[in-house]
Amino acid sequence: MLEFKNISMWFDGPKGKVTALDEVSFSVSPGEFLAVRGPSGCGKTTLLLAAGGLLRPSAGQVSLDGQDPYALSSEMRSRMRASMIGFVFQQFHLIPYLTVRQNIMAPSLALPAKGAVQRTQELVSNFGLDDRAGHVPAQLSTGQRQRTALARALLNKPKIILADEPTGNLDEDNADIVFDYLGKYVSDGGCVLLVTHDVRAASHATKTLQMSQGRII
Amino acid sequence: MTIWRLVFSEILHRRMNFALCVLSVMVASASFIGSVTLLNIHDIRTNQILQDKQEKLSKRMVELTDVTRKAMLKLGFNVVILPKDQNLADWYADDYASKYMPEDYVHRLADSGIVTVRHFLPSLQQKIEWPERKRKIILVGTRGEVPNLHKSLVKPMVQQVPPGTISLGYELHRSMDIKVGDKVNLMERQFTVNSCYEERGNKDDITAWIYLAQAQEMLDKKGLINAILALECMCAGSDALPQIRKEIAAILPGTQVIERGSRALARAEARNKVENEAKVAIEKEKLGRQNLRAVRERLASILTPVIVMACAVWIVLLGFTNVRARREEIGVLRTLGVSAKGILVMFLSRHIMVGVLGGALGFFAGVLAAVYFGAALEDTRIGITDMDLSLAGLLVLSVGGAAVLAVIAGWIPTLTAIRQDPAEVLREE
Repeated sequence: MLEFKNISMWFDGPKGKVTALDEVSFSVSPGEFLAVRGPSGCGKTTLLLAAGGLLRPSAGQVSLDGQDPYALSSEMRSRMRASMIGFVFQQFHLIPYLTVRQNIMAPSLALPAKGAVQRTQELVSNFGLDDRAGHVPAQLSTGQRQRTALARALLNKPKIILADEPTGNLDEDNADIVFDYLGKYVSDGGCVLLVTHDVRAASHATKTLQMSQGRII
Repeated sequence: MTIWRLVFSEILHRRMNFALCVLSVMVASASFIGSVTLLNIHDIRTNQILQDKQEKLSKRMVELTDVTRKAMLKLGFNVVILPKDQNLADWYADDYASKYMPEDYVHRLADSGIVTVRHFLPSLQQKIEWPERKRKIILVGTRGEVPNLHKSLVKPMVQQVPPGTISLGYELHRSMDIKVGDKVNLMERQFTVNSCYEERGNKDDITAWIYLAQAQEMLDKKGLINAILALECMCAGSDALPQIRKEIAAILPGTQVIERGSRALARAEARNKVENEAKVAIEKEKLGRQNLRAVRERLASILTPVIVMACAVWIVLLGFTNVRARREEIGVLRTLGVSAKGILVMFLSRHIMVGVLGGALGFFAGVLAAVYFGAALEDTRIGITDMDLSLAGLLVLSVGGAAVLAVIAGWIPTLTAIRQDPAEVLREE
C-alpha cells in the first residue's frame, strides 16, 4: 500500500544542512498497523508528511498504492490525498466554526460524494457522537474532538490512515477508544501508519519500527 | 458540505472581521455614490434656481411691459412733427412752433400706411394775449385725432373740441371762476365752455383749446398747422425714435420729428435695463453654479479615490488578518485534499459577498447621505424620486464596482492563503 524506498530529506538550517530523514525504507500493507516510534525531533512527523504527499522528499521514492504522489500535479496529488489518505493529528485540527457533523463532512469539499450525508451519520453514530453532532469543537471534550477527527479521516473510506500522536492529548480511556477504532479499521482491511514517542501507543501496532536521528534502526 | 456552507459558517464565526470588511466597502461605495448623487442634486438645484430666476424675470418683464404700456397710453410714446425749418431752440423756449406747414400733411400721413403710429393730432398753437381777459394764454386749435386708416380702429385718445366750444386749462378756469357751460368771449368770438381740466402742473394749465378751423381763422393761418402730434407709437424700445423718424421723413420730407413723452421712453429703457441686468444676473448665477460644481467635482475627484484607496488598503489588512487567523484551517483543508483552486474559490466567494453587501449598503448610505447633506448644502429638499439618475443603474454600478474592489483588494491575501504550505502549518502546530 505504502512504500518508502531510501527516502532522505534535508533542509538548509541556520547552522548548515539538517538531515530530517536519512535513507528511510519501509512498507505498509493492507491489514497492517505500523508504528514508527522515536523521540521528539527524530523526523517522525516529516516522515508522515512525506507519506501523505505533503512534503516532497529530497531523495528516494514514495509509492502509494503503486503511484508516486510526487510525480503527480499538485491538483492530482490533492485528489489522491482526498480519496486514499485519512489524517489524524495530536492537535485534532478541527475547523472551529463547523459542527461535529460538518467537520466530519469536510473531506467531501475535496471529493464530493453522493452518500456523504448518510456516511457522516453512520460515523457520528459509530463514534458515539449523536448527542454532540450539532456542537462546535470548543463545546467538546478532548476525547470527543479526537473521535470527531478520526471519523473525519474515515469519511472517504481511505486506504491508509496516517496518525501523528493521535492519543497524545488523551487520557487512557479515550486513547483506548481511539486505538480500538484504528484496530477495527485495520481488521476491515485498512492500514495505519502511526508515528509516536509513546511505547504504550506503539503496543497497539502489528509492527513497530524504531527511529532515531532520521534513520530507522 | 459545500464551499458556500463553509463560507457562511466562517462569516458567522468571524463576524467582526466580515462586518469591518463590509463597512470598508460600504464607505468606499457610499463616497462614490454620494459624490455622484450630490453632483446630481447640485445640477437639479441649479436648474431650479435658474428656472426660478427666469420665471421671476419673465413675470417682472410682463409687469414692466404692462407699466410701460400704460405709461405710453397715458403720456403717449409720442412724437411731435414740426416744420423742418422750425428752430428748435425757439420751440423749446416758446413751447410752440413759429413755422407752419399745410394741414394736408396729416392726411398724407394717415393715408401713407405708416405702421408705427396709431393716431395723428394736428394742431395750431400760438401764445396770444386774451384781449377780453387781459392775460397771456396758449391758444391751441385742434380738430381731434385723425386715425391711421391702416391700423385697426381704436377709441380716440384725445377727444376733439367741437366747433364753437372751448376747453380751458386749470389755471384759466380757476382764476377766472369759469365753469362748464359758461359763455366766454375770445378775440371777439363767443365760445361755450366745453371742459375745465384738472390741474396738470404744466403749460396745459394756461391753455385754451378750440376747434382748429376757428383757430386758423382767428390767427389768420387758414389751412395751416404748426405741429402734428403722432400718438401711441407702437414700437417701444431704445431704437423706436430713429425708426419713427425714418418712416415719417420718408412720407413728409419737409418736417422734423421731436420725441415727446420721455418718461415713457425712460420706462421702456428702464424695463430693458432691468431685463438686461436680470439676464446678466442669471448668467452670473449660472457661472457661479458652474464654478461651484467644478469645485465640488474636483473635491469629489480627489476625496473619492483617496477614500476608496484607504478602504482598499483596510480590506487588504483585514484580508491578511483573516488569512492569518485561518492558517491552521487552510492547512487542514489542504491536507484533507482541498485543492488550491478550492481555497481560492473559498476566499474569493467571501470577498464577493463582502463586495455585494458593502456595495448595496453603500448605495443606500450614499444616496441617503447625499440627500441629507444636499438639503443642508443647497438649502432645499430634493427627494430621491427627484433624481435625474437611473437609481437601478447606480445600484448595479455600486454593487458591481464594490465586488470588483473587494476582489482586487482581497486578491493578495487570497494568494497568500493558497500559497500556504500545509506541511509547514502542520509541523508548526
